[in-house]
Amino acid sequence: MNKWRKIFLSDNIIVPLVAILLGLLVGAAVMLIGGYNPIDAYRFLIKRVVGTPYDFGETIRQITPLIFTGLSVAFAFRSGLFNIGADGQVLIGMTASTAVALSWSGLPSWLLVPLSVIAGGLAGGLWASIAGYLKAKRGINEVITTIMLNWTALYFSNYVIRHFYLLKGQNRSEDIGASATMTFLGSTFSNARVHWGTVIALLAAVFFFVYLWKTKQGYEMRAVGLNSKAAEYAGMNVGTNVVKAMFISGVFAGLAGTFEVIGVFHYQSVFAASPGYGFDGIAVALLGMNHPFGVVLSAILYGVLTYGSAGMSFGAGVPPELIKIVIGSIIFFIAAQGIVRFVLKPFYLKRKKEKVM
Amino acid sequence: MSASTPVVELKQITKRFPGIVANDSISLTLHKGEIHALLGENGAGKSTLMNILFGLYQPDEGSIEIGGKPVKIDNPNKAIKLGIGMVHQHFKLVQPFTVTENIILGMEPKKGVNIDYKSASAQVAKLSEQYGLRVNPDDKIQDISVGMQQRVEIMKTLFRGADILIFDEPTAVLTPQEIEELMAIMRRLVAEGKSIILITHKLKEIMEISDRVTIIRRGKVIDTVDTDKTNPNELAEKMVGRSVSFEIDKTEPNIGPAILQLNDVKMTSKDGVALLNGLNLEVKAGEIVGIAGVDGNGQTELIEAITGLRKIDSGSIKAGGKEIANLSARKIAESGVGHIPEDRHKHGLVLDFSVSENLVLKTYYQAPYSKGSFLNRNAIDEHAQELVGKYDVRTPGIETKVRSMSGGNQQKAIIAREIEMNPELLIAAQPTRGLDVGAIESVHRQLIEQRDMGKAVLLVSFELQEIMNVSDRIAVIFEGRIVGEVLPQNTNDQELGLMMAGCWDQGGQPVE
Amino acid sequence: MDVLTLLGQLLNSTLVFSTALIFSALGGIFSEKSGVINIGLEGLMIFGAFAAGVGTYYAQEAGMGNWSPWIGIIAAIIVGVLGSLIHAVAAITFKADQTISGIVINFLAAGLTVYIVKLLFEGSAETPLIHAFQKKAIPLLRDIPVIGEGFFNAYPTTYLALILVALSYFVLFKTPFGLRLRSVGEYPGAADTLGVNVTRMRYIGVLISGALAGIGGATITLTTTSTFAHNTISGQGYIAIAAMIFGKWNPVGALGAAMFFGFSQAIRNYVQLFEWSKSIPQEFIFMIPYVLTIIVLVSAVGRSAAPSALGTSYDPGKR
Repeated sequence: MNKWRKIFLSDNIIVPLVAILLGLLVGAAVMLIGGYNPIDAYRFLIKRVVGTPYDFGETIRQITPLIFTGLSVAFAFRSGLFNIGADGQVLIGMTASTAVALSWSGLPSWLLVPLSVIAGGLAGGLWASIAGYLKAKRGINEVITTIMLNWTALYFSNYVIRHFYLLKGQNRSEDIGASATMTFLGSTFSNARVHWGTVIALLAAVFFFVYLWKTKQGYEMRAVGLNSKAAEYAGMNVGTNVVKAMFISGVFAGLAGTFEVIGVFHYQSVFAASPGYGFDGIAVALLGMNHPFGVVLSAILYGVLTYGSAGMSFGAGVPPELIKIVIGSIIFFIAAQGIVRFVLKPFYLKRKKEKVM
Repeated sequence: MSASTPVVELKQITKRFPGIVANDSISLTLHKGEIHALLGENGAGKSTLMNILFGLYQPDEGSIEIGGKPVKIDNPNKAIKLGIGMVHQHFKLVQPFTVTENIILGMEPKKGVNIDYKSASAQVAKLSEQYGLRVNPDDKIQDISVGMQQRVEIMKTLFRGADILIFDEPTAVLTPQEIEELMAIMRRLVAEGKSIILITHKLKEIMEISDRVTIIRRGKVIDTVDTDKTNPNELAEKMVGRSVSFEIDKTEPNIGPAILQLNDVKMTSKDGVALLNGLNLEVKAGEIVGIAGVDGNGQTELIEAITGLRKIDSGSIKAGGKEIANLSARKIAESGVGHIPEDRHKHGLVLDFSVSENLVLKTYYQAPYSKGSFLNRNAIDEHAQELVGKYDVRTPGIETKVRSMSGGNQQKAIIAREIEMNPELLIAAQPTRGLDVGAIESVHRQLIEQRDMGKAVLLVSFELQEIMNVSDRIAVIFEGRIVGEVLPQNTNDQELGLMMAGCWDQGGQPVE
Repeated sequence: MDVLTLLGQLLNSTLVFSTALIFSALGGIFSEKSGVINIGLEGLMIFGAFAAGVGTYYAQEAGMGNWSPWIGIIAAIIVGVLGSLIHAVAAITFKADQTISGIVINFLAAGLTVYIVKLLFEGSAETPLIHAFQKKAIPLLRDIPVIGEGFFNAYPTTYLALILVALSYFVLFKTPFGLRLRSVGEYPGAADTLGVNVTRMRYIGVLISGALAGIGGATITLTTTSTFAHNTISGQGYIAIAAMIFGKWNPVGALGAAMFFGFSQAIRNYVQLFEWSKSIPQEFIFMIPYVLTIIVLVSAVGRSAAPSALGTSYDPGKR
């Protein structure tokens, strides 16, 4: 009982909660300035999400890649790396899955789906490992390499789709066969595009937790992330850990791409610009304090806000971009915790006084 | 010393930080032309007091008078205007800038909108000559010696017209000869009418140069005395609060076979500079060998070479008769080499790990701390519980992050971890840096205990006193080579200092 | 087309593509030389592009004619500075992680600008078309072969960018302000003890970067797109960061790096004129600058010249 009380009163919970509240308030203020009714807007937002089984299912669909990319960025963070390249890794994962699904469309579903998933995860992981390798071997800042690799991935994916799998006259690949898809519970959610990827995303979060905090390798990775010099002194191989961490981070991102293809769209578009999955992942990871379960919660919040923004726009006329302002503000308050603590100061003082009494 | 108005008068200064009172109603007067020593242990509150005088901290209570006038110093600019200059212990120098740029920063002479580098260099050269500081205005800081960097620090204060100079532990990184030189500079400064506050915990320097001493302990002034009416023992007792003996009890060493043998070890930097230049060294079971030398002569590289943190180009390193050169750090640790690292925050600990996690930093992968791929939390915690008791590591609990522990307890945790691995060779690099007297004594005791148990101990330290007191044999390192070996009972600071400065080369012949 | 003309044109369009990058990379240098990472350049460019679109439109409506784009530039500077103020407050005053706080700018810019455009222009997702800058040739100089067409028949913003490169170099390396700014990025503790106000210098560095990145974004609206929409800026800010690093945090180096990126964009259009290039998929040509950057980083000898205190907040208590 006391333990739970302590957890809920700890800064790791309170700061994000207050930040979310402040973020929503900033959003409300922006709406008021724009002449909209924020209460209506937020009401429509929620209504959109829980209004119909279909929308509820679609919200889940929206949340799923956010969990993956959030885990991806958070995992790298925990190992002391800033993976700004989840975006490119998503694309590469997507492309690998599409390629497998379309190239071996004759295989039975029980074989093709796992193959496609493995291909996507592996491709994302290997792509991310390039940045990991360059960091480990040449000391090149991963931020810059992953940014460059994002663009490279974008053009490379487009090349693969356009030259090998293009649907004639369209700017996208052919549809993958039904044997390569993995929708589930579709009927429960009035044909919303729900898929097994969500379950796998949750399992990935559990894996993240167990791996990092319960295993030898995770211990090493955290040590490298917190103090690579000390890790080296203790006999750990920092370079190997950096590559490994980027690989795992990339696998998470790659899977986000995989399930967007085989779970949701069943084809892959030729993208004119970065689809932005990775940048959403950064926001989700920060919001989730880089903890796997925090990431799941923040992905839910992020997904609800983004999916709901359409309802807000439809119902209250508020441009959906408002949600980006809300999310940006929330991250701002989490990053600049000083502000949140400043807001909370009166409460802290009160608590201290209570303790004294 | 005249009875005129003091140049600085600190009156009942109190400064509180969360949890501690760093300065508790401290008063201090500095007269013109005086060298006033401020003596106290690490953490006694010396630096806090001086940072208040220099405007970096604000006192919670108390007042400051400069030249008889009450002043409020709320930023360094104000302090500088009042003629106060500070020579920091950790030099505040911008490495890629030139000497001149470092000196003029913040009050650059201008020609139009440009910096007038020409007149700046001329001014620097003039000051350099006036006080005998011998610096070249156009050298980059990263290219000049530690002693010269310190002179640049002094020059920064003079350039700003400082009359009151605060020297914060100025001799920590200097050779005995460089210390002599610094003393001469300080005498010259007071002769020119400057006044000096010297922060230190070295009694010898105080006796040699200061006029008066103020001793503070745990934030309180214990006493202010005239230097010529006191003696080192009295000062030490006042500083620590109990009588301390400078001699360390130790029996004659019981020396066994060679454990560590380095033969013609060479290492070069990426730019082709020789870091280790044919180094020979032997450490036997049951003895403590101290490495004396000025910072930057290959001490760090020597340790990195032995512990496998950096590759050597040629030569041989044997531990217990087995070649270990260029093996991985883990292999070397497993073959019986323990290492208390120079920088405990940077290398020795993961500050955001708990005590228990840090205590298995080198052994987490072995049974019983791991089973298969998984960590065994129970075993890790039991281990931690045991070591915390055995080595008297003061911590609220084994789940506490080591970041929140005191330096002394952090060091105890490292020593506990290293000694528990039962190494044949224990390397201790600057093991007492930043610790208070009690903690220093306990570290020294532990090193001697290891030696008495028949282990080989290699001690690297910049504190000559520590090397002299603890070692059974002293090897002097200069420019990547051992230039001589002496026995502590047969040598003195002067001799060691000359060897450390490279003026005397025995060619690495051991003394018998 | 003879080779010289072609070369001149290639150089000309290289500069067109580089200009925005030059401004923004210079902005990045001022921020990072003061010790503050600025990954928010992308967002600041968005702010600038937006302000230029809106500002120029209203200036035109008010009948300011050919002066309107300059009003757009001024608006971009103001909005860029305001945007960077958020970064400064979070990263300097509240000691937030500088990378994260930069990302916040990117999010806020993406949301806020489109939101305001929709408010101002009745739900339209982009600003109305404006009369943008026209290329201006400099008499006499433009008649020099290759160089003339390359450098002296350009948009006013390009001339401005080249002037600012020289000015930035001068300010950073010749003036007291520059010395102080760099000292704060190398060793704030040293600067502080000499009475240099670390917080103030860093604020100035970040705000200058907001102004310059704002002009960078404005350049795109005012020379390339003539309107602002959500995709007017898509990644140029990140390329500007690359150019800054590539150029070793030196204005002249950044100019070179920006021109390299501009060149590889320009050459896309020219390569396609040749028969042999048909066999290379265009995607691979698009990839060149990014892959090259990685290769250059891999092969570059020695560590890069990042300011030592980059990314660390300054806490006088920890000295």
